[in-house]
Amino acid sequence: MTSTIDPAVNLEAKTSSSLQQNPSRTSRRSRTLAAIVLGTLFLGAIIFSPWILGESGLSTVLTQRNQPPTWSHPFGTDWLGRDMLMRSLHGLSLSLRIGLLAASISAFIGTSLGLAAGTFGGWVDAVIIWIVDVFFSLPHLVLLILIAFSVGGGTRGVIIAVALTHWTNLARIIRAEVLQVNSADYIHLSRQFGKSSLWIARHHMMPHIVPQLIVGLILLFPHAILHEAALSFIGIGLSPHLPAVGIILAESMRHLSTGYWWLGVMPGLLLLLSVKAFDWVGENLRILLAPKTSQE
Amino acid sequence: MLKGDSLWFRYGPQLPWTVQNISLAVAPGEVLGIMAPSGYGKTTIGKLLSGYLPAIKGAVSVNGRSLPQKGYCPVQLVFQNPELAVNPRWRIRQILQEGGKLNLAQLAAFGIHPNWLSRYPHELSGGELQRVAISRILNSATRYIIADEMTAMLDANTQALIWQIVLDFVKKQQIGLVAISHEQRLLERLCDRILNL
Repeated sequence: MTSTIDPAVNLEAKTSSSLQQNPSRTSRRSRTLAAIVLGTLFLGAIIFSPWILGESGLSTVLTQRNQPPTWSHPFGTDWLGRDMLMRSLHGLSLSLRIGLLAASISAFIGTSLGLAAGTFGGWVDAVIIWIVDVFFSLPHLVLLILIAFSVGGGTRGVIIAVALTHWTNLARIIRAEVLQVNSADYIHLSRQFGKSSLWIARHHMMPHIVPQLIVGLILLFPHAILHEAALSFIGIGLSPHLPAVGIILAESMRHLSTGYWWLGVMPGLLLLLSVKAFDWVGENLRILLAPKTSQE
Repeated sequence: MLKGDSLWFRYGPQLPWTVQNISLAVAPGEVLGIMAPSGYGKTTIGKLLSGYLPAIKGAVSVNGRSLPQKGYCPVQLVFQNPELAVNPRWRIRQILQEGGKLNLAQLAAFGIHPNWLSRYPHELSGGELQRVAISRILNSATRYIIADEMTAMLDANTQALIWQIVLDFVKKQQIGLVAISHEQRLLERLCDRILNL
């Protein structure tokens, strides 16, 4: 019996050493890390730009009205001669901060309800799933407008509306994850090893929930920011004197037909870029956090 | 002595009985085989004996006492599919440590390579993972092992290797082993006694 065993062991020793010499492993990992760092830096720069750049360029300069993009004004100037790059950065910074706040509240609601539904089951699960279904059955933007309007609009209205409407997907994902992990053999085995429920939650459940939460939260940001911009654009969001990106885009509509394309296109591009950056960071974090891809 | 006393089990009140009036006993150091074709409730018996499922009628006892609700269970079950028995987000080191301290000599005997320890389960093959899963329960707190088709998915070489180490351990530590399988020839090789369902 023993003589037949050795070749099998040798064979496995060989395959395991050849696996380790895979040259693309480190490069894939560092590419993912680089993408996360770059995206985060870009978004950080936008969020903190008002404090870094100050108020310069925001004052009215009537001699430089409606100038198309040049090197001194990369985004052009508006009808009062204000620098559009500065306005866009200020606006986007505000929008990102509001989006972050709303998305974080939303992620918190989603995680709590998802955990509750998955852990307690029974009528708790039924009620939460029913609420989720109600939210899913209504058109998203209509619901946003309804909530923002009913709590009185303004910044508070936008934050509440966005926070209350974006948690449903995350709640469903977390609930599914909890249910799946709870029914797994390795959880039962852990109990047989004498581990407490708290230990199991901490060591078995957390590694499954936390990556879902982080990635879910980051992928929530673009939605929250776009919806905040949309609400401000149609006029029930932030008040017009705030330099939010939705306000800037709404103002630019009046000037688009007169040929001042840069007023809408440039801030729009910047918004698109930052939303894409969130998406990028989220996707790469997912790759980094999932064991199936994290060591490639 | 691990005893199952006239065990009855079904998965729902309306469903037919999966396990009907089964009684069996394993002494420390004894190897008992349970032989039956597919669908005869072999796996269910294994789960009843190891406390994964509660018997509807009848009782499982170890040395006259029922299985403990808390703490390390003296009866441990080895699953047929190791992929389901390990947390996919844990590294092998953590998986092995859940059962107790790492025993490097035993890992070497099982052919568990030290550099597997930093890998994730999906980076090992089924046979490699099953060795990890078995090695995890081979410690002094385990008094009885239920091996449910433990090596059914492995090739003959690995099967022989695994059974040899497990039988060694069982004899040395005076552990009772229940081997559940549909392979008559395997059980005849391994067991002191075979129970045909």
